[in-house]
Amino acid sequence: MELYKKTAAELAEMLAAGSCTATEIVEDIYAQIDAVEGQVDAYLTLCREDALAQAAEIDRRRAAGEKLPPLAGVPIAVKDNICTEGVSTTCASKMLENFVPPYSATVVDKLRQAGLITIGKVNMDEFAMGSSCENSHFKKTKNPHDLTRVPGGSSGGSAAALAACEATLALGSDTGGSIRQPAAFCGVVGLKPTYGAVSRYGLVAFASSLDQIGPMGRSCEDVAMLLSVITSKDELDATSTDCAHRDDYRAYLDQDVAGMRVGLPKEYFGEGVSQEVQSAVLAAADTYRRLGAEVVEVSIPSTAHALSAYYIISSAEASSNLARFDGVKYGYRAKEYESLTDMYVNSRTEGFGDEVKRRIMLGTYVLSSGYFDAYYKKGKAFQRQLCCEFEQAFAQCDFLITPTVPTTAFKLGENVDDPVAMYKSDICTVTVNIAGLPALSMPCGKDAAGLPIGMQLIGPKFGEDKLLSAGHAYEKATGWHYALPQIG
Amino acid sequence: MEYEVVIGLEVHAELSTESKIYCSCKNAFGGMVNAQVCPICLGMPGTLPTLNKQVVDYAILMGHATNCKINNITKQDRKNYMYPDLPKAYQISQYDIPICEHGYVDFMLNGEKKRVGITRIHIEEDAGKLIHDEKFSGSLVDFNRCGVPLIEIVSEPDIRSSEEAKAYLETIKSILQYLDISDCKMQEGSLRCDVNVSIMPKGSKEFGTRCEMKNVNTFSGAVRAIEYEIARQIELVESGGTVEQQTRRWDDAKGVSVLLRSKEDAQDYRYFPEPDLRAIYVTEEHVAELKAQIPELPNQKIERYMKDCQLPQIEATLLAENIQKSKFFEACLAIGGVSPRSISNWILGDISKTLNERNCEIDELALQPTALIEMIKLAEAKTISSTAAKTVLEEIIDCADADVAAIVKEKGLAQISDTSALEGVVEQVLADNAKAVEDYHNGKTNVLGFLVGQCMRLSKGKGNPAVLRELLEKKI
Repeated sequence: MELYKKTAAELAEMLAAGSCTATEIVEDIYAQIDAVEGQVDAYLTLCREDALAQAAEIDRRRAAGEKLPPLAGVPIAVKDNICTEGVSTTCASKMLENFVPPYSATVVDKLRQAGLITIGKVNMDEFAMGSSCENSHFKKTKNPHDLTRVPGGSSGGSAAALAACEATLALGSDTGGSIRQPAAFCGVVGLKPTYGAVSRYGLVAFASSLDQIGPMGRSCEDVAMLLSVITSKDELDATSTDCAHRDDYRAYLDQDVAGMRVGLPKEYFGEGVSQEVQSAVLAAADTYRRLGAEVVEVSIPSTAHALSAYYIISSAEASSNLARFDGVKYGYRAKEYESLTDMYVNSRTEGFGDEVKRRIMLGTYVLSSGYFDAYYKKGKAFQRQLCCEFEQAFAQCDFLITPTVPTTAFKLGENVDDPVAMYKSDICTVTVNIAGLPALSMPCGKDAAGLPIGMQLIGPKFGEDKLLSAGHAYEKATGWHYALPQIG
Repeated sequence: MEYEVVIGLEVHAELSTESKIYCSCKNAFGGMVNAQVCPICLGMPGTLPTLNKQVVDYAILMGHATNCKINNITKQDRKNYMYPDLPKAYQISQYDIPICEHGYVDFMLNGEKKRVGITRIHIEEDAGKLIHDEKFSGSLVDFNRCGVPLIEIVSEPDIRSSEEAKAYLETIKSILQYLDISDCKMQEGSLRCDVNVSIMPKGSKEFGTRCEMKNVNTFSGAVRAIEYEIARQIELVESGGTVEQQTRRWDDAKGVSVLLRSKEDAQDYRYFPEPDLRAIYVTEEHVAELKAQIPELPNQKIERYMKDCQLPQIEATLLAENIQKSKFFEACLAIGGVSPRSISNWILGDISKTLNERNCEIDELALQPTALIEMIKLAEAKTISSTAAKTVLEEIIDCADADVAAIVKEKGLAQISDTSALEGVVEQVLADNAKAVEDYHNGKTNVLGFLVGQCMRLSKGKGNPAVLRELLEKKI
């Protein structure tokens, strides 16, 4: 039946109809993992035993006539910076190599309540810092569409696992594009929700004011179903909110795009964006026009400075968030040291990778006395300005459409020695995090080499339902269906 | 040269909220090491703080009680520094917008009213504690105190002597107690202070360079630390040196302060707004509600005791500044029937002597206001002598259900005022002390006191001395 290739929506239907069991699905997923994981390297930890036990329990309950939530029995991969009680949570860092949290993230509790089955923890750039997954301390994940290329990052493991059908759904986290950029590179769908829409409790913090956990899948419908499970206000996260909360985003998928206004922000097309990507995204805009939407040009003039502001704000917060990894309480401690300061310095020098150290230094610098006003304060002022510009744009249209990434997936090793080139991969996505907006990345074609191209739909705050329905309409209009790439 | 001393104090008070400031752990002193902790106050990866609103209310109460402006919109900030007792490597505090600012407190000192400005009051979390012991090498950490809510009360540099500093601290402590927002148990570290001291030539308008002393954990320690620092700075200046801005650590056991860091090594805390918490909004209505909850504060009590009870300022202050004594005093007043002055005299006299001996507060005694009033009534009515009254106090001080009348009866303490019963005694004494009688007639009338004493002895302390004196004068 090739259950591993099915979407979550399809599996949900089959499970409800009794035409397959959760155990069969989970076994099928692990069979696929056994077949391709050697080439893809998406997972850091597999939870085979627990997953099968959970599947058996779901099957037992369903057989007993219990009414289960729609996704009960559907397999999911969880990014390794999301805490899972009793299961190692490494953030792909040597620093947390042996860290097993005694608590779960709120989203992980919600997955379990909804009966989703965690297959394993997936690879990422160390502490979510990077755009290629190459900053993982443990392994380099490959893009299933071309194993010589990166899957993107930082949620590269999540995207690659979905693309290789090693999971039906996945959770990622997005601070500057970490869900959307790998989704684009791997040809899957990823949603970065509005800041506050999903609890961050249990997500190992990178940049607290920008981080957001989000759903990933192989269709907009799947992403809508997973979003419905994880979104809510959480008593444990003061920045979470139930503003404009929807119980079931799938119920909004059929909102008509006819009559909607689609904005093309001019700053996201042009220099640096590959011709193929640009054409594919503009073609998608045409599709919306055909569906009865009006396409208008808008402007977000501050976009040019977004990357600088992003690196100031995110690094500042990261330098503070990552200071707790000091070798005192958990995580890596250097073998040799002579004093407390020595222990701190050696543990952190040995435990963190280069990119993480680069950001800690950058962040420490911008927060330093005498530089705070020139950098951090300016960055926050920029944030206010950018929010205003987006508000003005949304006064003219329902959502924006842009490329997710200026290019398709680059080669492994291509950008590792050029951090700025690597940072530019996030040029279209960082504005969304700075402004706290929701954005969806989904496939909109392939380049000449057959690599997926992603487009980004950006919505006003809490406009997830609109984005998902627009994405769903595009899928239906283009007849697009996910096809498993030939691996190996 | 004569110097003027300028002192500013930062008082850290642990708030007695039910739970900690950012998690639901119980906020209680003691308990097993690392037993009152959770992933949140341990700052484990991925955990987030959520603000305990009671902390905000308590801080606003203190703001009202110290005449502060309350900021309706405030925020929390991260103060970044690494230390093993600080598990997140930052303390959540308040930087540029404290919850309360621009206030003052008044107190009486040597008969004069003194006002000290309050710069600001902000909320923050406490850190853990390092444990050192000879039984092991290195240090261990107890995180129980992590996340215990604190308010930091920063004074203006308005204090001019160690005596004023002590009076200021006593005032702050009593306000905290009256508001019932802090245990103020110095021995448990729930009240600590940092002391800033500078000196300048008398009459100068320009403050000298200040030094800050940390780790001052008792009020008497604050006095000693200030005096030590004044002496150190004067000696430095007199010997041709200059005072440099320093942070020093007060070692109370040794009575000295030692250099912690100089200005060049000042820590850069890299403050920035705490992104995990939203801004704090307090409505004007809520601020007003809290204001209405402020009880009568020590200052108002002092005035009332002076005006309504005719107590001198010193007595009024001693009673009002100690919440337990003040409560006891007012319980006695409520029963009434005796003069407030007598109650005050007994509380501040013999009872306080016992409290000092036992190092405890009046509410820790079994003594009941009703018993004290009964005893004072008997003394005022001369039914018992003042000596007998002291004996009665000894009996009732540790007895919660003492029957004063029964004690007087049982111990035979009732005073004899019946002249016919005392005439025999007087005649006996006059007969036995012919020399004194002769002296009296020769003009040495002060021997009368001696004779009264002899009568008292003969009557086994039960004779009413006034009646005895009267009889002696008549019969001599």
